[in-house]
Parts: sequence; C-alpha cells; structure tokens
Amino acid sequence: MIASAFGVVFDGFAYGMLLFLLSVGLSVTLGMMNFVNLAHCSFAMLGGYVTVTLTNAFGWPFLATLPLAFVSAALASVVLERVLYRRLYRATDLDQCLLTIGIVFVSVAVAAYIYGTIQQPVRLPSYLRGSVSIMGRGFGAYRLFLIGMSLAVTIVLIVALEYTRLGAQVRAAVDNQRMARGLGIDVDRVFAVTFALGSGLAGLGGALAIEIVGLDHAFAFTYLVYVLIVVAVGGLGSIGGSFVAASLLGVTDMAGKYYFPELGAFLIYLVMVTLLMWRPVGLFGRR
Amino acid sequence: MTSSALAEPQRHLEAQVRWRPLEIAFWLATLAPFVLAPGYLVLASQIAVTALFALSLDLILGYAGIVSLGHAAYFGFGSYTAGLVAKWGWGEPLSGLAIAGAAAGLLGYLTSVMIARFRHLALIMITLGLGLLLAEAANSASWLTGGADGLQGVRMWKLFGTFQFDLYGTTAYGYSLAGLFLLFLVARRLINSPFGLALRGIRENAVRMPAIGARSAAHIRKIYTIAAVMAGIAGALLAQTTETVSLETLSFQRSADVLVMLILGGAGRLYGGIVGAIIYMVARDQFSGINPQYWYFWIGTLLVVVVIFLPNGVLGGVARLVALRRGRA
Repeated sequence: MIASAFGVVFDGFAYGMLLFLLSVGLSVTLGMMNFVNLAHCSFAMLGGYVTVTLTNAFGWPFLATLPLAFVSAALASVVLERVLYRRLYRATDLDQCLLTIGIVFVSVAVAAYIYGTIQQPVRLPSYLRGSVSIMGRGFGAYRLFLIGMSLAVTIVLIVALEYTRLGAQVRAAVDNQRMARGLGIDVDRVFAVTFALGSGLAGLGGALAIEIVGLDHAFAFTYLVYVLIVVAVGGLGSIGGSFVAASLLGVTDMAGKYYFPELGAFLIYLVMVTLLMWRPVGLFGRR
Repeated sequence: MTSSALAEPQRHLEAQVRWRPLEIAFWLATLAPFVLAPGYLVLASQIAVTALFALSLDLILGYAGIVSLGHAAYFGFGSYTAGLVAKWGWGEPLSGLAIAGAAAGLLGYLTSVMIARFRHLALIMITLGLGLLLAEAANSASWLTGGADGLQGVRMWKLFGTFQFDLYGTTAYGYSLAGLFLLFLVARRLINSPFGLALRGIRENAVRMPAIGARSAAHIRKIYTIAAVMAGIAGALLAQTTETVSLETLSFQRSADVLVMLILGGAGRLYGGIVGAIIYMVARDQFSGINPQYWYFWIGTLLVVVVIFLPNGVLGGVARLVALRRGRA
C-alpha cells in the first residue's frame, strides 16, 4: 500500500511536471499583459505533431525532434502575435477569449484534417522505455527523464529571470507594466520575446506529453482546462506558483484516478474551485 | 445615449419600451415556419430553445458584463430536472417547466453568491470550473442521469391535454416559441427598467457603481439567478420536446457554442442572441453533411473575423451601417 502510494505520488509528480511545462509560458505572459490566451495549448499541440511527424515519417531520433518542437511552436506564436494578438492587447477579456478560442477551433480542425482523429503514436528510443531500478524501487525511465527535463527547465528559467537583463525587464513588466514603460523598457518587445519563449516551452511540453497522455486533434481543448487551472491556482506571472500548482494538480489528479476512478475529473475541479474561492488571485498571485 | 436622455432617464426608458415595427415584423416572421417549412419544425424548435439559452447568457454577459464559460450548467440542470420529473411519472409539460426553472434558479442563486465576488480571470475560471464540476457529477451519477447513454424513458403528457409532442415537431415548435417569446418579454421589460440601467452601469464601470451607492453585488446575484432560471427553462424545453437528455447539455462545448452565437449576433442587444442562434443553427444544419471537424474550422475563422472586424456582432455591424447611411443622408 505504501509502495503504491509512493508510485502514485511519483507518477503524479511526473504528470505535474508536464503540466508545468505546458503552462508556465501562459502564466508569465498573462501576468505581464493580462492577455487571456486560450490558444496556448494549440502551440503545445503543434509541438507534439512536429515530433510525431519527424520521428514517424522522417525517422528522426526522438530527442533530436524536441528542439524543433520548441522552435516551431515559438515561430508560430510570433507570427500569430504579429498578425492577430497585437491588435487586442487593450481589448476586453471577452474579446481576447473569443479570438483565441477561434484559433483553438481552427487549429483543432486543421489537425483533424491533416492527421485524422486518431491517437498519434511516438517511437521512443530504447533507453527511455522500461523502468530503472533505484534503491530497490522501479521508476519509469520516461517519467524520470520528464522530471529531470522539467527541473532543468525550471532552474534555467529561474536563473534567467533573476540574473539576466531580459529577466529583469520581464519581472519589471509583470510587477507594474505602466511603470516599466515609464522607465523606458520596451514592454511590447519584451512581451513578444516572452510570448515566443513561453509558446516554445508549450511546444516542448506537447512533444513530451505524447508518451504520457497521448496526442490527438482535440489536445488543444482537453489540456486547455488543465493549463488554465494551473495558471489560475498558481497565480499569474509566478513561476514558483505554477510549479507548486502543477505538482499539486498532477498528484491530485493521479491519486483521484487511482483511488476514486468513479469520480473522474470531479476531484481536480473541486480542488480548483475551492482554492480559487479561498484565494481568488491564486496561491502565489499578488493581484 | 443622448444628453436629453441623461436629463430625463424616465423618458429615455419609456422610449426604449415602445415596440418598433421591425420587432413586430420579426416576431410575426417566427410563425412562418409553420406554413413555409413544415419539414424543418424540429430544427426550428431547437433554434427557439437555443435562442432562449443565448438570451439568458446575454442578460449576464451582454448587460452585466459577467463573462461565463460555464453557462451550460444551468441549461443542463434544468434539462435533467425536467427529464427526471417526467421520468418519475409527472409528464405534465408546463408544471415540469416551472419545476425545472425553479431548480435551475436555486442552483443559480447558490452559485451567484460566489460569482458576485470575482472578476476577470478568476471569474472565468470559477464559471468554467463549476460547469465542469456539474458535468463530471452528472457523468459519475449514472444511476440517476443514465451517464453517457443519456436519460431514457422520458414520457411527456399532451400539452394542455390536447397537443401531442409528435415527430414532426409542430407542437414542439409552438411550445418552444411561446416559451421564448414570453421570456423575451420578461427580459425586455427587465432591461428597460432602472434595474437594467444599473446592470449596464456595472458592465461599464464595476468600481464606480458601488461608489455611487448602487448595490452591485445584489444586482449581480439577482440577474444571475434570473439568467439561470431562463437557461434552466431552455434546457427543460429541450428535454421535453426531444424526450431525452444527454450529457452534452452540460458540456463545455455547449457553453462555448452559446457564447459564439451571442457574440456572432451581438452581445448587449436583446435580439443578438436570437439572431446569432438562427444563423449558427441554420448554418450548422446546412453544413452537417460535411465532417463536423471542418465546421469548427469555419466557426473559428468566423470568430476571429468577428472579433477583429465586427466588435459588436452582426447586429452591431448592421446598426453601424444604418448610422453611417443616416449620417450621409
């Protein structure tokens, strides 16, 4: 029983790390511009399909496709930002929601048109399959890889945010956008760069997600809810908050599926609504 | 609003209440399907139900500015209530409708207490979360709701003891249309009252309204409850006319669809939801031969275009054209 509880926490944590990768970009951009980007998971889906196409049709090794998943999602987000998002920075929440939901609809339809509505398989290298034994316990190799990858990304993000010039500008813009503009920071440019990086991370998350949760045309919709929960519970613009919220959500969801399968996703929605009632700005949010 | 209207709010409201010829023509035209398209009465009935649902969302979103991604919760709750009442042996339609409306209203009042406390992203997330919560609950409680198979065994009695709900949808359309029209009258009266003006005040400046002494939270609770009752009745109409209830009535998809319809038609205009529902449902019926996936491609494109080029929906665009023409003449 204890061993299985440990396994549930481990799997849940790995799942949470996946949610963290998927949502951290949205959290930072939402905190900075208050732009409600519901199409965030469309970029993740794009990353996933890039990896699937490269591994299955062109025979690339799985690991080599990951940077491309990142880059393609980032590039796509830059194009959309230039063409559509830029016009709506000062529009209402509702208009932003609608525009981005429209993009989700289009991306889901395009994915279904190109790849059909079936789950996409991905071929993993042998060293990521099976399990690794550490101190007498078996750990899924892929899940260990996922956790390591996410922790590395988290450390890079936190270091970059704390010690680089761009990081300082991002923090300033999240704290007080108007003041940052007043000090001569080009917030629009900082935002565009952050947006591209955040979408790239989502693309990476989408590629890594295939093995754990699968990839089909509805991915942009299914995981939108999870990503929004992480962002809302963690608090806008907070990397630490997203990390804690994603871990919490991952473990809760996994435990719910394991111990109370008849409840389905009921448990995580309940946790989210309760947490938001208690702290409407999220666990680590300040506004 | 002109300056004379500001000076005399009562006269402004009275002018709004007056029926315009175009409105009368519109409601007369809704009777046309009985004669012109008797083969499409089932579709027409569903359009009337959806229009009522969109109208209820318009009350909270278009007038009070509450963005909800979970409005299907009340629609589905009303639907299941009406379905269950009929299944348990009370198939009388009108009282079933009243019970469903009351049940959805109760749920709406309970949730409105939470809704009134939040704005922006937290509000969107709370409405979304409550909607998903209810959908999951209905899915889990399959002993009550029939789960994914839908609620079976709903048998309605004859309406007024004479009109049978049949396959052709004649009774269904008349019944749904009457429901839509009566509740439209209620909504129209509400919007053109001082209460309706207060709601628009909340939409325009949520901080200022309490500052000038308006009880914003109470207003929001009130309109949210009313909208929930209307959504519940819409759901009940669907359950009674189709004699089945599916989980889809509670789904996020339904919440998103109704939002799209309302925006398409134009939020904050009483006819916006109705026009949006007509356009959306007729278009979907016409395109239903094509794969539904591609339908969403066009809906998505349409949304992007509407948000970028037609910020106030189709009716807003028409109003702007009319204003332009008047300005030129």
